[in-house]
Amino acid sequence: MSAHFEYVLALADDALVSAQRMGWWISRAPQLEEDVALANIGLDQLGQARTLLAHAGAVEGAGRSEDDLAYLRDERDFRNVHLVERDQSDFGVAMARLLLFSSYQAELYAALRTSSDLTVAGVAGKAVKEVAYHLDHARQWVLRLGDGTEESHRRMQAALDAEWRHLDELFDSSWLAVELLDEGVAVDPASLREPALSRILPVLRQATLHVPEVLPAVGGGRRGLHTEQFGYLLAEMQHLARSHPGATW
Amino acid sequence: MNDWPLWEVFVRSRRGLSHVHAGSLHAPDAELALRNARDLYTRRQEGVSIWVVRSAEIEASTPDERDSFFDPAADKIYRHPTFYDVPEGVQHL
Repeated sequence: MSAHFEYVLALADDALVSAQRMGWWISRAPQLEEDVALANIGLDQLGQARTLLAHAGAVEGAGRSEDDLAYLRDERDFRNVHLVERDQSDFGVAMARLLLFSSYQAELYAALRTSSDLTVAGVAGKAVKEVAYHLDHARQWVLRLGDGTEESHRRMQAALDAEWRHLDELFDSSWLAVELLDEGVAVDPASLREPALSRILPVLRQATLHVPEVLPAVGGGRRGLHTEQFGYLLAEMQHLARSHPGATW
Repeated sequence: MNDWPLWEVFVRSRRGLSHVHAGSLHAPDAELALRNARDLYTRRQEGVSIWVVRSAEIEASTPDERDSFFDPAADKIYRHPTFYDVPEGVQHL
């Protein structure tokens, strides 16, 4: 795998897998209105993923389409972080995760607007506005659940504690090829940490939540090492395309 | 969460037009009502501005009052500008 291909895949897979998890909420959200909101957010992310995957295929130059990359890769070939791949069937978890992920993405896409890879820059320019809304949505709910009832506070804090373990992986630079930084294709994930935290921490303070003191999880998503739950996600996401190759409707 | 109040949504489709009632939705408070309205009623670029109002805050006329409210206007044709002849020589009207 070329470093450039792998970088675009990492961006695409984060968005794709997050979109798939968001889609789980359709018909299951606490209210019809929230159902639509989460579907919209998932669709925004899917839109980012589609353009990025198609671009990754072009960068690779082996003739793989966005569908080939989404549906016909195996677990070890995915480059998304663990934050987005794990089960999120608890609404507090979904909102805690969206707060962390969209804070990261807000800084990521803002920085990538000037990427020397013009497709990446184009996606980033469009996604910045989408992500601002995702962040706002997460913020609204984290505030209400954190500073809500005794039970909602307890559950929001527990959700945040669980997600926080996977925050560090977003800012890990160790997998990134240095030449991508020199060429201006990529941004250094480590440089996004402080600005992303300065989006997250005021929300936690206002929501009366404390910053979790938890050990970071092992990670490894950028190297193709994933959690058990990710296998089930892929099975569901890919089974139709694999059972009926080339199916259209 | 089933006790979320109902809100009425008004969307202005573009500058210069007035807000028009688009529908209603449930939300726990005004801020989220506005966001839900954005998600439900402006997904296809229908608007540039949204108002939300608690449905309970709207005082509406009832069908029972229709006769006393609206019928008296039916035979008062002098309330329409077309009732009046414009005198000759009046300009810029």
